[in-house]
Amino acid sequence: MIAIAGQRWRRPPLIADVRLRWALIVGALVYLTLALASLEVNWNRIAEGLPRALRFIAAFFPPDFVSRWGDIYEGLLESLTMTVTSTVVGIAISVPIGIGAARNVAPWWIYVSCRGIIAISRSFQEVIIAILFVALFGFGPLAGFLTLSFATIGFLSKLLAEDIEDIDPGQAEAIRATGASWLQWINYGIQPQVMPRLIGLSLYRLDINFRESAVIGIVGAGGIGATLNTAIDRYEFDSAAAVLLIIIVIVMFAEYSSSWIRGKVQ
Amino acid sequence: MPIERRANEILWRRQSPVAQAARFAGWLALAALTVFTFEVMTRNTIWAFFLDAPRQAADLLGRMVPPRWSYIDQLWWPLWETLNIASIGTLLAIGMALPVAFLAARNTTPSVAFVRPLALFVIVSSRSINSLIWALLLVSIIGPGALAGIIAISLRSIGFIAKLMYEAIEEIDANQVEAITATGASGGQVLVYGIWPQILPAFAGVCVFRWDINIRESTVLGLVGAGGIGLNLQASLNVLAWPQVTLIFLVILASVIASEWISARVRHAFI
Amino acid sequence: MLRIEGLTKRYRTGDLALDKVDLEVPGGQVMALIGPSGAGKSTLIRCVNRLVEPSAGRVRLGDTEITGLSRRELRRARRRMGMIFQEFALVERLTVMENVLSGQLGHVGFWRSYLRRFPQPAVDAAYQTLERVGLADQIDKRADALSGGQRQRVGIARALLQQPEILLVDEPTASLDPKTSRQIMRLICELCAERHLAAVINIHDVQLAQLFVQRVVGLRAGQVVFDGPPSGLNPEVLTRIYGEEDWTTAATRRKGTDGGDDDALDEERMAGIV
Repeated sequence: MIAIAGQRWRRPPLIADVRLRWALIVGALVYLTLALASLEVNWNRIAEGLPRALRFIAAFFPPDFVSRWGDIYEGLLESLTMTVTSTVVGIAISVPIGIGAARNVAPWWIYVSCRGIIAISRSFQEVIIAILFVALFGFGPLAGFLTLSFATIGFLSKLLAEDIEDIDPGQAEAIRATGASWLQWINYGIQPQVMPRLIGLSLYRLDINFRESAVIGIVGAGGIGATLNTAIDRYEFDSAAAVLLIIIVIVMFAEYSSSWIRGKVQ
Repeated sequence: MPIERRANEILWRRQSPVAQAARFAGWLALAALTVFTFEVMTRNTIWAFFLDAPRQAADLLGRMVPPRWSYIDQLWWPLWETLNIASIGTLLAIGMALPVAFLAARNTTPSVAFVRPLALFVIVSSRSINSLIWALLLVSIIGPGALAGIIAISLRSIGFIAKLMYEAIEEIDANQVEAITATGASGGQVLVYGIWPQILPAFAGVCVFRWDINIRESTVLGLVGAGGIGLNLQASLNVLAWPQVTLIFLVILASVIASEWISARVRHAFI
Repeated sequence: MLRIEGLTKRYRTGDLALDKVDLEVPGGQVMALIGPSGAGKSTLIRCVNRLVEPSAGRVRLGDTEITGLSRRELRRARRRMGMIFQEFALVERLTVMENVLSGQLGHVGFWRSYLRRFPQPAVDAAYQTLERVGLADQIDKRADALSGGQRQRVGIARALLQQPEILLVDEPTASLDPKTSRQIMRLICELCAERHLAAVINIHDVQLAQLFVQRVVGLRAGQVVFDGPPSGLNPEVLTRIYGEEDWTTAATRRKGTDGGDDDALDEERMAGIV
């Protein structure tokens, strides 16, 4: 029995330990103050930038597709071809690595090496990889293609491996019980379970690769990023606006069509 | 599963011959497209450079190793700035993304016909443009520095956070919301009692996940002048100081691993 | 007292869920609403507090006409009607106490409720109610850590904390096992008696309804086809409500083994009736 009248009630706090709670709160506040204080802001430069910002916004009404069309077309072609090839090649390499990186199907030494490859690929930004590949293979879309393929491996293999680790073991076990070989087991017991999501992830990666292809041009790996970089450097905001709009439209198109395909597959 | 009867046997195939042919044609088309795009892409490639790559790699490796450890003293401040760009950028993005998410979710938007498409457009534009491109633009508009980086990070993150959040809002259990409405609660109270507790875990997860990504992204923003450790990377690359570049790569690697560890811990705490 | 006149609801899909329903529930009466799935039971209950907007007709609670109220006035009126749900509809990530106190939301301003600073009388009432429904030791547990029966008790406590005049109860036992179902029904009916509350209980389990309520209303295709005491439910009436089926076992059971706690049998019967 509890004493009822006048008993106070307070919501139980998220972090039970009082000292830890306050340490986190104070820590966060101190960090924020320090971070904001160390931020150097050049207000004159920003005031100067305001008209430019307005000019940039005005550049969208209407954007200028015409005067740099040659560059835009070249960049777009490079970006699109890079996207397709790198996605296909990336997936082709990712599937075996993904299977190898799933603890429940691969022996440990394959598991460890595949996980190693994934970790390396995931740790670095595409841009950093692109810098290295440009240094190795020269400027141009080939370096971009290799960069995006490499990045695709880290992304797709990891998610595929996690998917395989999450499968329903009953189905896989049933196939194994029929006396199937390892390959048959993968084909019948595992592939049907992960295929829809693999297709979804591949389409998603296609979308990401296109967006990234617009970035790595900045460090010389080809694609529409180079065009954009030039336009912005020359303060040609109306051409830059055109490029940005093209990117947005293509990404939107890719997103809608991939969700349509995913709907069909699942 | 088409079953075909012939004389005195029954043939079973997974697909009918027509479907099989269509499937084969599809794969063939994909392969042809890949080869074709590869051809187009490499029209201007100078293959001599490509074949030269192994020698280049060996050469580069020779110049990159060992890293110049003493350079680390000049990296602490840029590293601190990188952390700030990611964190403040994420916080700003959260503040802007939440209203957008509620406007975009079918079950909370004030108007499905008008406001929702607008919110969705904001989301897709923000998502389409990488933070490095935002940074490129902002540096040209407001000048180089960490502020451009912060704004770039937050502009890119709005779409990401808002997209995942509006999906989470659309998936909430309507019964719980209905029950709170039935008590006579106001709109704000329904939000706080009926909706917010349901999306809190997703919210925490998404924010920390994005912060983790932003740490990665803010390491390269300096390449276009938007502050952080990328500035040192750019400077070192310009003078071909490869031992410094190696050290910067190592520092970036360490911070990426650290942020991933932190975000995993925080996400775990909120489930 | 609740008075419903000519209540009609046609959904946008064109389905006619309620067809000119007239009903009166005097204060303190516990009434069961039975009928097959899709008969409009849930719609009827939700039209009373206008979670579903009626197409035509009037609903009056005491001397307030619910159907004519503005949004703000409707919120005030909803405080007077406690609702209990089939799937409990607790906010799962809030604690038991927060869920119960959410019954007071209509009486408390936004910021007080945001900061969880409820007036002390409300907190007292919450403790009292939790004690009454037998959950005094679960106060700071999260709702999703409770069993089904416990969750429904929290749902009941939340509805009671509104200090309502009437309870609207939507399939309170549909997600519960037979034994817990009885306990929950008994609890609801006892509470109604203690506080002189009227109740409208949607329920598909006819036996369970017969055990506890004073009045049964049968709904079929949006129309009232039976209104009377539980004892009036004979095979002929059940056929009128649910359609053709062999009802003899239901009738004999009510006479013969009433009160026996034969769960398995109960369960089988429930399966037959729906």
